[in-house]
Amino acid sequence: MEQKHKEHSVLAEAFNNNEPRVNWHDETLWWVRQKRDKMAWTLPEWEELREAASQIKHNVLGNLHDYLLAFEKNAIANGAVVHWAADAAEHNRIVLQLLQQQGVKRIVKSKSMLTEECHLNPYLAEHGIEVVDTDLGERIVQLAKEPPSHIVLPCIHKKKEEIGDLFHEHLGTPAGNADPKFLTAAARLHLRKEFIQSRVAITGVNFAVAETGEMVVCTNEGNADMGAHLADVHIACMGIEKIIPERKHLGVFLRLLARSATGQPITTYSSHFRKPKAGQQVHIVLVDNGRSRQLGREDFRNSLKCIRCGACMNTCPVYRRSGGHSYHNAIAGPIGSILAPNLDMKDYADLPFASTLCGSCSNVCPVKIDIHQQLYKWRQVLTKEGHTKKTKAAGMHAMNIVLSKPGLYKTAGGVGRWVMRTFPAVVNNGMNPWYKQREMPEAPKQSFADWYKKNRQ
Amino acid sequence: MKVGLFIPCYIDQFYPQVGIATLSLLEKLGCEVVYPQGQTCCGQPMANSGFEHLTAGCNELFVDHFQGFDYIVAPSGSCVLHIKDHLHVDHKEVAATHIRQRIYELSEFLTDVLKVENLPARFPHKVGIHQSCHGQRGLGLSQMSELVAAPFSKPQQLLQMVEGLELIDLKRTDECCGFGGTFCVFEEAVSVKMGKDRIADHVNNGAEYITGNDVSCLMHLEGILRRQHSHIKVLHIAEILNAGIN
Ligand code: SF4
Repeated sequence: MEQKHKEHSVLAEAFNNNEPRVNWHDETLWWVRQKRDKMAWTLPEWEELREAASQIKHNVLGNLHDYLLAFEKNAIANGAVVHWAADAAEHNRIVLQLLQQQGVKRIVKSKSMLTEECHLNPYLAEHGIEVVDTDLGERIVQLAKEPPSHIVLPCIHKKKEEIGDLFHEHLGTPAGNADPKFLTAAARLHLRKEFIQSRVAITGVNFAVAETGEMVVCTNEGNADMGAHLADVHIACMGIEKIIPERKHLGVFLRLLARSATGQPITTYSSHFRKPKAGQQVHIVLVDNGRSRQLGREDFRNSLKCIRCGACMNTCPVYRRSGGHSYHNAIAGPIGSILAPNLDMKDYADLPFASTLCGSCSNVCPVKIDIHQQLYKWRQVLTKEGHTKKTKAAGMHAMNIVLSKPGLYKTAGGVGRWVMRTFPAVVNNGMNPWYKQREMPEAPKQSFADWYKKNRQ
Repeated sequence: MKVGLFIPCYIDQFYPQVGIATLSLLEKLGCEVVYPQGQTCCGQPMANSGFEHLTAGCNELFVDHFQGFDYIVAPSGSCVLHIKDHLHVDHKEVAATHIRQRIYELSEFLTDVLKVENLPARFPHKVGIHQSCHGQRGLGLSQMSELVAAPFSKPQQLLQMVEGLELIDLKRTDECCGFGGTFCVFEEAVSVKMGKDRIADHVNNGAEYITGNDVSCLMHLEGILRRQHSHIKVLHIAEILNAGIN
């Protein structure tokens, strides 16, 4: 298993070198999880709402082809131009072409995990076009030259003092000022200039309604609206799974999304884009990039129900203690770990193992994706496809031989315990990852089986 | 009622006292208990590591040992969950199905099958419950904090029957301890950090003992506690429920 990136466990260990910071990261995200809990409990019908959302998405995935064509037809009738991209490269080419037609060198973009997935920003930079991310959190990580570490809270790994330093360096705020209100106001001024000057705005899409051909974009900052309303050209980039059948279904999803994401009753702005205003062009780029392949994998199909609320990350005890960057993928956390291997099994073979399978993610997921079960299933697939370390495979084969032969098991257990009692250094050493920060269990003289033989027979 | 006692491999090897407590508790509650000798493991360590395809040997052995019982009981939520979800043997599927439907984790067997309402046990200490995820979220031994649903807890229901025992409240009622099977060695840093944080919650709320339904999680927590030279001890729930029964 050779990967381009360091593995999750290695990156997570580095993250854990600074324990107070891990505590802070954990507490911050746990606080978001608690806000989510409080909001969920205000709706007695919460669990039914999750079920309804899951069923609506089930229908969408079963009829995706028809809904996509209906959406395209209605979007065109509304006056939008619809583009289809098979993969990230095609998506990027389409966007570049549109920008080159406009002759622009600098554009604004609101939050879009899809464009992160496609690595649009670096691609455009290579072609001489600079993207200014207008979501505050994304702008912060962009200034820090880092990828987002969370899909809803992109700079959650940064402390406010670090943000103050970044703003001082890039936006000229006074050194040492880390007051969030002040920094937000400074960012606002800086972004306002960008909004006014930018002739093209890229946005993501939260929901695309097949029935009406409209797109719904949810933000708390109104930055998607500022961008799209002020620009001559609005390019909306979306994965093909963002479709919902009818407008009325928004009543389910909008209630779930913000409650799950940040514990708000609804996002501050839930903006509907239907018809371009006079003189404006609207382009919609529908991107597959592995989604139809995932749709074909029955065990993993449900992962396409995801509405990118981030709740599974906030609740994940591993994510909270390893940080988003340890997942080395645009989408981190539990959901990222079941989406990433679909894109590249070899490169992301470590991610489904970066979990204890505790199941908390599946319980918070507003569309009821069986996330931890899919993590388990990915482990089986990755192992069969040969993406497991050889040492681990050898160990497992040995374990199988011992455990499937009672006589061998008895002897091995007895010998093992004798060794542990007699020569503790054999197991209590630096080679044994258990022993690094934990004592080994004390090896008793007799096993339960030995005891039973003596005392009950 | 004929009960087959399943003692998972690491309990057999490292925590025989948990097996003994389970057996004596069940016997004292009137069950006819048999421990089929030669049993080894449910296959979970391999399956959770991505090697479910290697578990055929374990599965067949398991069916051979545990067919023909009215119930199969084990003091481990995660091993029971694994059997319930994954025990299949092509040419012995009827027996495998019987086992999948009749296997119980100890607490749920006491509350749901034996319908125990009181226990003459005594344990005058402050105790924190560690909800192991596979028992809780997998088998439904307790309500889960993520769901908007009425609370309940089978282990708590049983521990409340124990004289003198005081249950402590935790800040995070059901956060994972980080054991996670082979996760505990392959993701050592995060695993230990999760365990330390779980322990801190119990310490901050005055626990003298940490108990739970899975020895694997307790073994991990115990390893950290001993390294910290802590005075807090771990005990499997069977050991507490069996304490002082004559
Ligand atoms: S998988 Fe579920 S919980 Fe996680 S981001 Fe997607 S919708 Fe939210």
